Amino acid sequence: MNAIIGYCDPFCAAPGEPVRFMVSCDGVASYRTEIVRLICADDSPGGPGYKEECIATALDDSYPGVYQAIHPGSWMYVAPCADLDALTSFSVQAFIWPSTPEKGRQGVITRWSDSGSTGFGLFVDAAGCAAFTLGDAAGNTATLSTGARFLPRQWYFVAASYDADTHVARVVQRPLKSFPGIADSGEASETVTLGAVHAPGVPLAIAAFGGDPIPGEPPTAVAHFNGKIDRPRFARRTLSPNEMTALTESDIPSYLESAVVAAWDFARDMSSTKAHDLSRNELHGTLNNFPTRAVTGHNWTGEAMSWRDAPDHYGAIHFHDDDICDAGWQVSFTLDVPEKARSGIYAARLASGGVEEYIPFCVRPPRGTTSANIAFLVPTATYMAYANYVSWADLPVAEKLFSALWVAEDADLFINEHREFGASTYDSHLDGSGICHGSRLRPMLNLRPKRRQLWNLNADTHITDWLEALGFPYDVITDEDLHREGLDILSPYRAVVTGTHPEYYSREMLDALEGYTASGGRLVYTGGNGFYWRIAFHPETTGIVEVRRCNGTRNWIARPGEHYHAFDGQFGGTWRELGRTPNRLVGVGFASEGFDYSTHYVRQPDSFDPRAAFIFEGIGKNEHIGNFGSVGGGASGIEIDRADQALGTPPHALVLASSDGHSNNYLVVLEDIPLNYPGTGGAESPLVRADLVFFETAEGGAVFSTGSIAWAASLAHNDYNNNVSRITENVLRRFLDDTPF
Amino acid sequence: MEKIDPAATHLAEEFRANPSGPHSPALQRVLNIMRGAAIAGKHFLIHDKERQVFVLAQLPAVLGSPVIRHDDQIFATTDEAEWTVFKLRWRDHTGRTLAG
Repeated sequence: MNAIIGYCDPFCAAPGEPVRFMVSCDGVASYRTEIVRLICADDSPGGPGYKEECIATALDDSYPGVYQAIHPGSWMYVAPCADLDALTSFSVQAFIWPSTPEKGRQGVITRWSDSGSTGFGLFVDAAGCAAFTLGDAAGNTATLSTGARFLPRQWYFVAASYDADTHVARVVQRPLKSFPGIADSGEASETVTLGAVHAPGVPLAIAAFGGDPIPGEPPTAVAHFNGKIDRPRFARRTLSPNEMTALTESDIPSYLESAVVAAWDFARDMSSTKAHDLSRNELHGTLNNFPTRAVTGHNWTGEAMSWRDAPDHYGAIHFHDDDICDAGWQVSFTLDVPEKARSGIYAARLASGGVEEYIPFCVRPPRGTTSANIAFLVPTATYMAYANYVSWADLPVAEKLFSALWVAEDADLFINEHREFGASTYDSHLDGSGICHGSRLRPMLNLRPKRRQLWNLNADTHITDWLEALGFPYDVITDEDLHREGLDILSPYRAVVTGTHPEYYSREMLDALEGYTASGGRLVYTGGNGFYWRIAFHPETTGIVEVRRCNGTRNWIARPGEHYHAFDGQFGGTWRELGRTPNRLVGVGFASEGFDYSTHYVRQPDSFDPRAAFIFEGIGKNEHIGNFGSVGGGASGIEIDRADQALGTPPHALVLASSDGHSNNYLVVLEDIPLNYPGTGGAESPLVRADLVFFETAEGGAVFSTGSIAWAASLAHNDYNNNVSRITENVLRRFLDDTPF
Repeated sequence: MEKIDPAATHLAEEFRANPSGPHSPALQRVLNIMRGAAIAGKHFLIHDKERQVFVLAQLPAVLGSPVIRHDDQIFATTDEAEWTVFKLRWRDHTGRTLAG
């Protein structure tokens, strides 16, 4: 079970380009490797049937199985240097907001080696109090604790100092807000019997302490801190209380400049993985595993909602012990995509004995060319957002939402027990804060073929399967290609077909699609809840996205003041709240979701408009559309979208058909509810429906939208002879015709 | 909040006949109560793909801990499993045991 896992980079490559595969094996001596093109990843009994095609490559038949560890937990480090090694007396301080003070020892500001018991560390100790540990070269140690337990999610000033001449050590803990009867303030001071306190070769760490260095390996850390740290400071001597207070200002007072070793300003270079040191020593820190930046600091008042408006109110970073971005594994093998490989969705199939693992990736056409007149837009940003989803095990309302017992597969159980691989952006960190980063530089354990849950990749291959069954050649483009290359990558195509759930869109991606439909392009949106969340790709590190769930229908709620992305400084949340509704692009926008059963569409008067005649060729006047399918038994279901001119559906759009008969487990989305009222379930509310929509766009272009995730799971019904398939085919054939609309 | 009426066994029969719905409003209320329980000990299923069966399991009290498997409770269909869990929950909520 999950004895072989891995990931690849990049996720999409052109023929002749390399794709690196990073694989870890547990108890597997070697594994066979094949590259397969995935045509239909759904192997369920009611589906079209699993279809893959083996591709000849220059890869070896088999590779040795090697275990590769993963090191979660975000932290900041400064590599060992002479400046640090020379220190004998010192003082450290910060504002902290511990979110799990009870979890055990957590490093705040440290230069500590556990194995050598040398150095120093300002910690949250096992009792949940500020503590100061020191150790000399002989391994003698001393620890002082304030003995005052932190309250979770409250701001504190903490400090520690050591005077090498007097051997006096001191630790301080002061809450910024006091509550009657709560004794969470304290300090301790002691003359300790130690030799010189230093730890040569040990990194200076914030939010952890460095693990023992391994030659040639990147630094790792242990005892990760959960919570926020704001304005960490490091001085080369003990500071008086007044000097400590002066050093809490955003800038270093001039009279303290010579005393300061480092003063990190976490509000600077917000999108970067660097932590800026204000001091003349330039001991800039490196942030590992993408902690959450652009979070409110100890002095945030609520007057500024964006870190760009008041950077000094956003001087904190929220660290998590389960943050992970790049697993950083060694490359196990590299595929040079064969020159003749056709564009499509692929996977590396790794097998050993009864163990099998697939690592999906995509092949685009050779750069600067196309090999078909249809582009299938693989929603890889959405895949990254859902990677390692575990809310089924964490969210008390999950079973209500799904209207059934969750059916876990091996990968689900593995994700639950191995949080070190990082959960999805739907889930929360172990400290309860929402996960706002989604990375593909780690195993995405639920992104694989043959899943029982027909979602994302598996559901999207219902479309590729249908395209191939009906003989439509297509190229594959991923969200990251679209983000990077914009309209240029779409322009050559006569038609663009989306996946079943293209939910996460960066501004660049949305600009490209809007530009495409505004310049004669034809867009087929065969999905539901599309173009919903605004995301930002990291400007430097590829393969990671950020989402701030500050509005919309969401699993967690971004904290007040933390609605702006760190990656690009833009307001996050849904595109609807930003005035760029999905309705404007595709005529429909998110209306409801439910998971009990799907239903059918009923033709509306617009479907008899001559403009829509080509869509309904061969379809009976009174036919129910899609009263069949392998996802819930109907073409309208899971997540559904409706037309609404008030939300931007173009006034000339034809609402061709609407779904009927959703249950009360389908509820009106939150963004449509200004105040709570009864009757928002599908059995009672007219807002709960999927609309089939068509409209023409500028320069002879057009858009056709199904507004349902389940649509694609109906395409293959009755060997592709059904009205969902027929309508989709009618649309696509006309969309491929150069005649302007 | 409403409590489940131990006498309303017709709702149990309705569920048994059609676990995935659509359900009557009265049965839906019962299901909402049952499904809203806290995470610790909550039932779910594990799909044993090789044997093509569903194994009853429960969520742990501590997030991320191993789940509790009941390998002696195996079902050929999710409908059978839903009915079994419904009976367990009915007993927990009403103190009465359903037949069948």
